[in-house]
Formats: sequence, C-alpha cells, structure tokens
Amino acid sequence: MDPTKKLLNGDEAIAHAARVAGVNLGIGYPGTPSTEILETFSALGGYAQWAPNEKVAAEVAIGAALAGGKAVVTMKHVGMNVAADPFFTAAYTGVKGSLVICAADDPGMASSQNEQDSRRYAVAAGLPMLEPADSQQCYDYFILATELSKRFGTPVILRLTTRVCHSKTIVSIGNFSEPETPSYTKDAKSHVMVPAFARLAHLRLRKRLHDMEEWNVKEGPCTFLGPENAKQGVIATGISAMHAAEALPEARIMQPGMTYPLPTDKIKAFVESHEDNLVVEEGDPIVVEALLAAGMKVRGKKEAFRYGELNVARVKKLAAEDVTPDPAPAPGKPPQLCPGCPHRLTFQALHDLGCTVCGDIGCYTLGVLPPYEAMDTCVCMGASIGAALGMREVLPAEQAKRIVSVIGDSTFMHSGLTGLVDMVYNRPPHGHVVILLDNSTTAMTGLQEHPGTGRRLDHTETVRVDPAAVARAIGVRVEEVDPLAMKDTLKDFIREQLDREDVCMIIMKRSCLLALKHLKDREKAEAEKKA
Amino acid sequence: MKNINIVFAGLGGQGVLRASDITAEAAFLTGFDVKKAEVHGMSQRGGSVSSDVRFGSGIKSPMIPAGTADFLVLLDASQKDPNALCRSEKTVVIEPDIIKIEDLPNPKGLNVALLGYLSTKLPEIPEENWQKALENNFPEKLRESNTIAFNVGRETNAR
Repeated sequence: MDPTKKLLNGDEAIAHAARVAGVNLGIGYPGTPSTEILETFSALGGYAQWAPNEKVAAEVAIGAALAGGKAVVTMKHVGMNVAADPFFTAAYTGVKGSLVICAADDPGMASSQNEQDSRRYAVAAGLPMLEPADSQQCYDYFILATELSKRFGTPVILRLTTRVCHSKTIVSIGNFSEPETPSYTKDAKSHVMVPAFARLAHLRLRKRLHDMEEWNVKEGPCTFLGPENAKQGVIATGISAMHAAEALPEARIMQPGMTYPLPTDKIKAFVESHEDNLVVEEGDPIVVEALLAAGMKVRGKKEAFRYGELNVARVKKLAAEDVTPDPAPAPGKPPQLCPGCPHRLTFQALHDLGCTVCGDIGCYTLGVLPPYEAMDTCVCMGASIGAALGMREVLPAEQAKRIVSVIGDSTFMHSGLTGLVDMVYNRPPHGHVVILLDNSTTAMTGLQEHPGTGRRLDHTETVRVDPAAVARAIGVRVEEVDPLAMKDTLKDFIREQLDREDVCMIIMKRSCLLALKHLKDREKAEAEKKA
Repeated sequence: MKNINIVFAGLGGQGVLRASDITAEAAFLTGFDVKKAEVHGMSQRGGSVSSDVRFGSGIKSPMIPAGTADFLVLLDASQKDPNALCRSEKTVVIEPDIIKIEDLPNPKGLNVALLGYLSTKLPEIPEENWQKALENNFPEKLRESNTIAFNVGRETNAR
C-alpha cells in the first residue's frame, strides 16, 4: 500500500494541500460544506482561525497576502456575498504573497437557503477560478492556485460544491512544508485604492486576466475522459465531468480546470473536432453562455437542469434533452430540533403567544416546522433583526407589537451587532425585542467556536466577547435567563418584555447538549494528558 | 471486476456515515479504487441520512446511479422506501432486524454488526482490512465491543 495515498474528502484534501504549500494562515467562517477545510488544516498542524464573519475573514486573509504571506480563506457560497466587498477591490490591489478563496456552493441546497452559483463572482470581480472534480483535483488545484496567485499577483477562487467537498476519493499527498515568515515591502500605489491609483489598477487587472487566459490555453489544467475520436464532445465542469464520463461513455469529455478565464482557443479546437458539442455544468449556464458568446456551436442544458444537483441519470436526460420530471422517492424523515434542545422551550412559548417571529440562520430555523411553526421569515445571516425592524415600521400597532427577532449566538456575532445598533438608532414606535438563543456554539455546522464562546478554532481559551455587555453598551436593555429554569413562566416573561415597548434583548442562555458533551470529552482528555 | 455499489441509509445519529467510512476504508486498504458520497449538515438533526460507497477498478461519479445498488444496508427499517430509487430486483437489502440487538454489548453497535454481516457478502475484501478500518475509525476503548458486534454480524444468517 502506497503510504502517500489517502482516502480523503475534498475539504480534507485541500487542508493537506495547504500544509504542503506552506500556508501561513487559514481563516473563515463555518458553513456547510466548507467547514472541515480549516478544522482539518488546524488538526494537521496548520494555523487556522474562525473569524466573526466572512467579510472579516476575507480582510484578514487579504492583509496576510498583502504582507507577502500565503493565506487561504474558506466559506460557503452565501458567505461570498458577505465577503464580496473586500474581494472586488482585492482584485485591484492584487497580492504579494498568495490568497486562495475556497468558495463552497450547495447546488440542491442540502443545507442552505439558496443555490446561488458563486462562479458569477469570478466573472464580476475579475478573479481567476479553478473548479476541481474530485479530492485529487482539490489537492492539485489548491497547490496550483497558490502558485498562480503568487505568480500573477491575484487572489484565486477555488470553487467547490457539496459533492466535491463531502465525497471521499483517493489522493496522493506530498510532504508538508512549514510556512516561511514574509518580510513587508511598502507599495502604496498598488495597495491604496484611491481613484487615481485604482484606475491604473483596473487596467492591470484586465491585462492580468488576458495573460492568465493565454497561460490557461497553453498550460492550464485540463482533463480528458472517454474515447478519442468520439463524435460527441462534452465540455464539463467540476463534478459534472465525473457524472458525464459515466452517463455518456461514448463521448469525449473535456474538463477545463480553470473555468475563469476560460481557455477559449483550446475549447474551440476541441469543439471543432466533434460533430456535436454539449456543455454540462451544474447551476447557472455560465460556461455555455461564454462559449456561445465566443461564437462556438455548442448545446447547453434545458432550464429544468438549472435546478438541483446533477447526477448520472440527470446528465443522461440532459444530453437527450429529456425534461420529464425526475422520479421522486418517498420522502425521508425531515431534520428536527434535538430532543432536549433548549431552543424548543422558546419556540413553544412564541407559538403559544402567537408572536410574529423573524428568524435567522442556524439549527433554530427548524422552529419553522411543526409542532412549533414559530417562524415567519428567514433570509440571511442577521436578517432577523433588520427584517423585524422593517415590519414594525410599516405594520399597524396591534400587529407590530407582536413581532420578535430570534437569532443564535454565532449568528449574532456574525451579523447581529449592526442590526442591534439600528434598533437603538431608528427605534420603532413600540420598541422591539430580540431573543438571543445562546447555546454557546455554532451548532448547525458541527459545533464550531466563535467569539462568544471564549475559545478559538482549536478550542484553546481566549477573551470571551460577552453579548450582554455589548448590547448594554449599544443602549439595549438586557435580560439574561435560563429557559430551562423558567419552565412554564417563560411565556409570561416574554409577554412582559414585549409590553414594556422599549428596546430589549432577552438572552436565553443554555448550552447545546451536543456541545456540552464535546466540552466534557475535551476536558477529560486534557486531564488524562496531565495525569 | 464489476464495480460494487453499496447504499447505507438510516437516521441521524445511528452511525450511517461511520459505517460507510469503514466500508470505504476497508475497500481502499484492499487496493480498490473507491469513492464515497454523502450529504451531511442539516440532515444530522435526526433526519434521514444516506451514504453511497462505490469500489472496483475505476469509479467515476461518487454517487450511485438509480437502480444500480448491489446492496442497500438499512440501519433503520423506515428508510427502505425513501431509498427505493437506488434499488433494482438484484439489490440485496440488508435490514436491521437480522441482528439480534440483545447479542450486542451496546445497541449502538448495530452499524458495526451490519458491517460484519455485509463483510460475509464481500469476499473481495479480506477480513483483516475490515478489522483495520474498524480500528482506524473508533477510539481504542470501543475496540472490544466493536469486535464483538462485528463478529455477531459475521455469524448472523439472514432469515
């Protein structure tokens, strides 16, 4: 058995590649399916951090790369929206070291609120992008992305999807190398984006993309599968290439590894050598539109295949332009709040009170399901507060007074603080009540730490950011209670807070049972180590 | 050889993903090409969970195409219908009630016991590789009870 070979999922493969590439800093915000990249990187001895949100993570990573270091920043697709601001201008500043942005999309929405196609960001911001199809490509493309980032002086997006992140395939791993400490060189003309400098930077950005396209045509990564001399050509991206190779064994498959900027001339030559050319990509029709715009005779997919994941059966149908509905199996058991979950008590009370509940992103979004059905809105991280304030502004008093926001502790640190400021600054006529479900962990994504737990990514202790103290400093009245101790009085307690018509945050403090178990296991292991 | 497709299905917390990890690793240790697909995240909260393991001489998609499962291993009988699409008439369905729970040191060892039974249907993977994969996927303190559970499965004759 070859000792350099391992069976890894895509996230783990990237973490190994980051150790091999000598990455100085990994940073991100947890989000399925990207979370395990940094957890594994840390477990392998890399230096990794959870940031309060993706925007801060992006900025820290950009700083590390401007200083000459090697950085990786990880997030799920919706995190790309949060981090978009720094990324668009980092495309102008470029980097001195290297910056790889791991963006993990979730076609089919296994655990997300939308199925946006993050590849649009590469085009919109002018950031080059690689799309791996399996764990070996995750590993290879991460190392390549690091090299390209340094060589061309640009952040590079490594675009992943759920099945790439969470499928295990065999990977050959090289030797780890320890990160080198960079030395700072001042370069204000490149790094300070005032208009006079930014105009030149935009010209450099477009020139760089042109150069990278030339590189991609000449020596960019490209995988061919299936028989040569086939009549049918298929241009496929990411994991779609694997489905296509199985679904269409008679076809010749071309999988360009760098999908922005595309190796247009190389694809043109491929297209010209086949009678029929089909483009197979999950999500939006991005590659097919680019190829059509370049004047190539290619077939894309019918609109029905924009939705959900592709698989072998769907790629067969896609190729045959068969848009009959896919067979639907009997529904499985939906997820639910765990037995003994402290959130259950709050949702029961809100259900009994008949409150209008603006919810947020986390386990507690499951409060929308029976028996509670105690959630009215859920949009994005932090929207529980803003959306509730907007509803209170426009609704008549008797409806406005029943509105509450429900937000988790990690989400509060991510995007709740600015909403709280708005609640005080633009206080609604009848005030507002925010309920912070503080279970001392980022539960939904698998129990990650955050600034409110007082522990870093690797669970070592640090300063705890106290949400009660922050809220009080902003000018909010704070009530801290244990929902379990309140029992039947919880409903009356919430009603009393609503009736006061001021700006209030109720902190429901009770640890997630799963997190407590992990904490105890870690403490026990720590004690055993000492003994 | 023909590629082997195995679907594991159950509910969050029953060890579906662990069972598929162990199977994938046992096949990997034997020298096969292996791919394993799963979706986790939201599904962990007590809901339906399934995982695909494929091994053989050359695997392309990590997801088992509809109607091509050689085995469907159920950790919970309720998950038979939701996983109907992966089955054909040839699929061997392994139901949880073939294992006598009272024979296990710990009822949580059902997943390992079912692997023991599955291992008797997969002669291409030597038993020592199953043992190694079990050792690599569980803490040492669970080793003994898992060995017992695995052997209970190996000695089970499906009714």
